[in-house]
Amino acid sequence: MNAADLPATNGDNPDWDSGTAELGHILKPGQLDLSHKVILYLEDITVSFDGFRALNKLSLTIDAGELRCIIGPNGAGKTTMMDVITGKTRPDEGTVFFGQTIDLTRLSEPEIAHIGVGRKFQKPTIFENHTVFENLELAMKTDKRVWRSLFATLDSAAGDRIAETLQLIRLATDADRLAGLLSHGQKQWLEIGMLLMQEPKLLLLDEPVAGMTDDETERTAELFVSLAGTHSLVVVEHDMAFVEALGGRVTVLHEGALLAEGDLATVQADPRVIEVYLGR
Amino acid sequence: MRTPFTIRLLDSMPRGGWIALALFALLAWVWVPVAHLVLPAEHALHIPAYWVSLIGKILCYMVVAVAMDLIWGYAGILSLGHGLFFALGGYAFGMYLMRGIGRDGSYQSDLPDFMVFLDWKELPWFWMGSDSFVWALFLAMAVPGVVAFVFGWFAFRSRIKGVYFSIITQALTYAAMLLFFRNETGFGGNNGFTDFKRILGYPITAPETRVVLFALSALALIGTLLLARYLVGSKFGRVLTAIRDSESRVMFIGYNPLWYKLFVWTLSAMLCAVAGALYVPQVGIINPSEMSVGNSIEIAIWVAVGGRGTLIGPVIGAFLVNLAKSWFTVSFPEYWLFFLGTLFIVATLYLPQGVVGLWARLRAGRRRGEGAAAGTTTAAAAKGAGA
Repeated sequence: MNAADLPATNGDNPDWDSGTAELGHILKPGQLDLSHKVILYLEDITVSFDGFRALNKLSLTIDAGELRCIIGPNGAGKTTMMDVITGKTRPDEGTVFFGQTIDLTRLSEPEIAHIGVGRKFQKPTIFENHTVFENLELAMKTDKRVWRSLFATLDSAAGDRIAETLQLIRLATDADRLAGLLSHGQKQWLEIGMLLMQEPKLLLLDEPVAGMTDDETERTAELFVSLAGTHSLVVVEHDMAFVEALGGRVTVLHEGALLAEGDLATVQADPRVIEVYLGR
Repeated sequence: MRTPFTIRLLDSMPRGGWIALALFALLAWVWVPVAHLVLPAEHALHIPAYWVSLIGKILCYMVVAVAMDLIWGYAGILSLGHGLFFALGGYAFGMYLMRGIGRDGSYQSDLPDFMVFLDWKELPWFWMGSDSFVWALFLAMAVPGVVAFVFGWFAFRSRIKGVYFSIITQALTYAAMLLFFRNETGFGGNNGFTDFKRILGYPITAPETRVVLFALSALALIGTLLLARYLVGSKFGRVLTAIRDSESRVMFIGYNPLWYKLFVWTLSAMLCAVAGALYVPQVGIINPSEMSVGNSIEIAIWVAVGGRGTLIGPVIGAFLVNLAKSWFTVSFPEYWLFFLGTLFIVATLYLPQGVVGLWARLRAGRRRGEGAAAGTTTAAAAKGAGA
């Protein structure tokens, strides 16, 4: 099986890639509007920490269904950018829109997660004292309010979804193990699995293959490529071979601003990028 | 397919747990009443009043310990102010007991003695309705619940965590203690409430009343344990421990930790309040010293000694520490605090999972499964210590 067999997450807005009705469309509060085929707009984002500008008027758009890689030297603002998108950090200036209508700077972290932005951290953050199965169960898209959790039971559809994801991330035989006992690469996969259980529309992946073996890295690349199209992915990565394997457009950040954008070969040939990477 | 609620409750505990609970219920509801009321005083198996009151009091402490374990062991929130909720429950029910004295007080007034002493002519507004048993029960639950909810809402919304939260809870109970020490606050100042005469018309010191209060305390403990067992076995409980281990991850998968923490925090406070309301008629006094910082820290020690995050551990811890306390404060009163401090240090350093963890480790060692079990206990303990 591959990721395309997972329930498509654009089901509630089936015509995002076929253009919208000529006479406009109805806006529903909280629903993702992809009528311009763009899922994420960052505009003039500035974030300062004690005078240091981690992001400096950064503007960036991600298309629906796109697989975008973000590269840049240390301190370029990659992680801060993800913090801004997921609501962990509020920008001093600028706007962040999810689709046409949802202003992410007004929402809290759980709300942003709930409307369909999933994030994988640089360091695998899974629940080490829970089993692999429970990790996926907790991440699963469902009503996550207290009252529901008090009386929640797993129905068979949910059980099937967890089983499918376990297959996909190759942890089916480890379902009842404590997640803390997994290898580093397996933890990365589990976190990716948790991300998929959330059924996000936009996946933010911060160095997803760090610490993985070559084989695992290759499988991860295949998985991400298969997810693109039905999901939008933003991957921050240092591993150029992995970026090449993903094959999407590449954005280079430097000192909190956009330096270059294009396919990997173009970007790598750009003299400014070479200067930033090789030093002055 | 939905599993019926009763089945899920049954599944939440292994069979050994149900058997132990049934045995406990049998002891508390049959053996103690018979041994105290029926057997003559000179009979070898007769239980004297001293022991019924002492164990009844400890049963209330056990409820508090389980409530503390819910928030500390499972949600990773160390409260050093749980004595406040216990005392508030006690005070609310104490108001009813004070009104129950009627004109039998030293001043033969309808007002409680301390009000006559302050030359007050009528009851303050917050004493309205306190002669009603039902209203007193409601107040005993509602007041600590509301205090906990409001305090928790501000604290958790501001994302106050760890040691900062602990210190603020300690300050909260200390401030409340100072408030209750004032005579003008209307709760008897430093003497608090005492000299109770009757409860629902029955004399409060009668052996039958004592046994009923004891049985009710046992019921409260059983109920609290079942509720807590259900909670930690539910998805809610898994979210709680996830919050304890990695709160930011929980937020990024779409849960709002605020409501989870607030729910368990308020519930924990209300359980303490129930224990406080049962405690006061059994010991016959409530005063502001119940809100002292030391009392709240002692609650944390019961849980640490018994074993955090185990539910049964805190029950054992509360029992052992309080039994030791009753013995120490009679035999070597001046050394009790030294002993308590030593106990806490020893438990923290050498028994990270308390008595329950020690027991598990001994059993695991005997079965030569040492590596895995010790590994997870220390990992969990390190996590807890950081929280």
